[in-house]
Amino acid sequence: MPVLCLRNMYKTPCSRLTGLLGTTVNKQLSARAAKCPLSSRGLTQLRSTHPKEWLTFQQLRFLKRQYVVRHSGALGQRPRPKQEPVSAALEDRGDVMLQQVQQIPTIKSVAGLAVPAPGAKPPPDLSNEPEADRLARIEARQWKELKVDYSELPDVYARLSKINLTALVVTTAAAGFAMAPVPFDPYLFLYASLGTGLCSCTANSINQYFEVPFDSNMNRTKNRPLVRGQISPLHAVSFALACGIPGVALLTLAVNPLTGLLGALNIVLYTSCYTPLKRLSITNTWMGAVVGAIPPIMGWTAATGSLDAGALLMGGLLYSWQFPHFNALSWNLREDYSRGGYRMMSVTHPDMCRRVALRHSLGLIGLSSLAPVVGITTWTFPLVSLPINLYISYLAFRFYRNADRQNARKLFFCSLWHLPMLLLLALTCKTRRTEPEALPASSSLSVLS
Amino acid sequence: MNVSATGSLLIRSQCRYHGRNVLSLVNFTCSRLHNTGPAPKQAKETERARFSPSSGSKHDWIGPPDRLSNLRPIIYHIPENETPQERRLRHLRQETEDWNHQFWTNQNITFNREKEEYILAQLKAKGLAERDENGKKHTLNSEQMAVFYKDFLDQNYKRHSSYNREWYRRNFTITLLMARVALLRAWRRLGGGRPAA
Repeated sequence: MPVLCLRNMYKTPCSRLTGLLGTTVNKQLSARAAKCPLSSRGLTQLRSTHPKEWLTFQQLRFLKRQYVVRHSGALGQRPRPKQEPVSAALEDRGDVMLQQVQQIPTIKSVAGLAVPAPGAKPPPDLSNEPEADRLARIEARQWKELKVDYSELPDVYARLSKINLTALVVTTAAAGFAMAPVPFDPYLFLYASLGTGLCSCTANSINQYFEVPFDSNMNRTKNRPLVRGQISPLHAVSFALACGIPGVALLTLAVNPLTGLLGALNIVLYTSCYTPLKRLSITNTWMGAVVGAIPPIMGWTAATGSLDAGALLMGGLLYSWQFPHFNALSWNLREDYSRGGYRMMSVTHPDMCRRVALRHSLGLIGLSSLAPVVGITTWTFPLVSLPINLYISYLAFRFYRNADRQNARKLFFCSLWHLPMLLLLALTCKTRRTEPEALPASSSLSVLS
Repeated sequence: MNVSATGSLLIRSQCRYHGRNVLSLVNFTCSRLHNTGPAPKQAKETERARFSPSSGSKHDWIGPPDRLSNLRPIIYHIPENETPQERRLRHLRQETEDWNHQFWTNQNITFNREKEEYILAQLKAKGLAERDENGKKHTLNSEQMAVFYKDFLDQNYKRHSSYNREWYRRNFTITLLMARVALLRAWRRLGGGRPAA
């Protein structure tokens, strides 16, 4: 295999070298290829005896990069699976586990440390890179004029407001609205969804505005619009205000003041509590879970106008779901979090991280059983949701027992489909109200007969 | 401050004759008047000075992420009739950029150095060399690395939280100043009748 690689590389890149350099190199390569014993040990011996002329080793590594792809740290032969765009980004902090994580150039220290650096930084895996990331990567290498490109602006706004996450937040709010035991009002539903979406856009934009230097340093966030300079910070704040003020106003005036208050509260919690807390204490995760739990409560209050046990249960389901979701996500990002100065459970208290994920996955089973007690669903709901709840608990248990990258990824991906499925099941098992119009008809019938 | 203002005006007028390199150097020196830099800053300055925006450009330019700090340098455009607020804004942004660059360079270098030291120390404790017989580096598993990550965060807690506070303060100040400058420019354009720079 090594000899084959040597020959391949002799044919392809090296054969393009022209002139005296080319002929010298090629002659040496063919001589080496003939002499080279068929083992990697032989190759490394060769490397150590003739380090200066070892172009071949670099070439080998180059070929290896073409065929062996890196899957979140583990090497494998399969290409990375294609990412679904929509259900991908979810958590406010989990923007990109599913998007292609570009390999961060390992920052080698400047002086003094003998960190051997073969050639340059390991190049990113190019086999399955989406077009947007490829363009971003190319653009990142050049100087660019800081001018607003109006054709790009919708895309910039979408990324600034983390549109995928916003869509999921609106979905959970819609689920909360739909689960409320009142007749369905489509206009109210529309206003509530729109208002919630706008509030989410605001919160996400302000979050990105606060975190520019941290985002630049983390792999998964370094292509955000403010980091890349596509818009100025003032522009981002203006966009946030332009979304937030109409959003809260819409909720307060067209829906009801309680929902407006919850929307404003959520924005404040996310931007002023969760975002700074990320760097100060691990309680940020619990705060973030509360932030995630509020949208379904907002949906419920939009429909009914009051905070009932049902609203709190819907919020509770989202609250518990956050922990397996986020803890699994953050498990594979520990180095980046540590270097960026983020205090996450996965970094500072890894045991607690796994315990909490397991505890809350089991809690989901308990909460699902409470749903019929509270009256929002029938008893079929705990039964039909038991398989998926057991599955996520099983994965959380495996993560608890043996927390490696694979188990963390499995748990995270499971949480992505688990939540929509759970909400859908709840909707199908919703308790049906008896129609009040039936009563007068039956009473008039009894009178006639 | 007047020195830098007149300086830039003077040299800008000569620019047309001397070409764009002078302009870039001048932009560069004017914005550097307040800064005395340790090594990372100087390295960044030379990186920035290697690039010169075209002389007709009226915008700032943003560059590729710095190798050490991962932050992107910006070259600020100095308009001809720059007001004091605009100059203050520009200086504040430049200073914040340098301060950020210094912090993150330091952070990244320290992190990587301490990580390597930790790995070597752990390997030594286990009696292993840095590389195995195949020449591959020994790596520690995630549990062992977690100890280092936690340690790094705990040791740097005060530094991180003071950086946070300072960064939020600067960010707010810059944005408010930008808002003021934008309003003033809009006012000039509406009220003045002559085109703003």
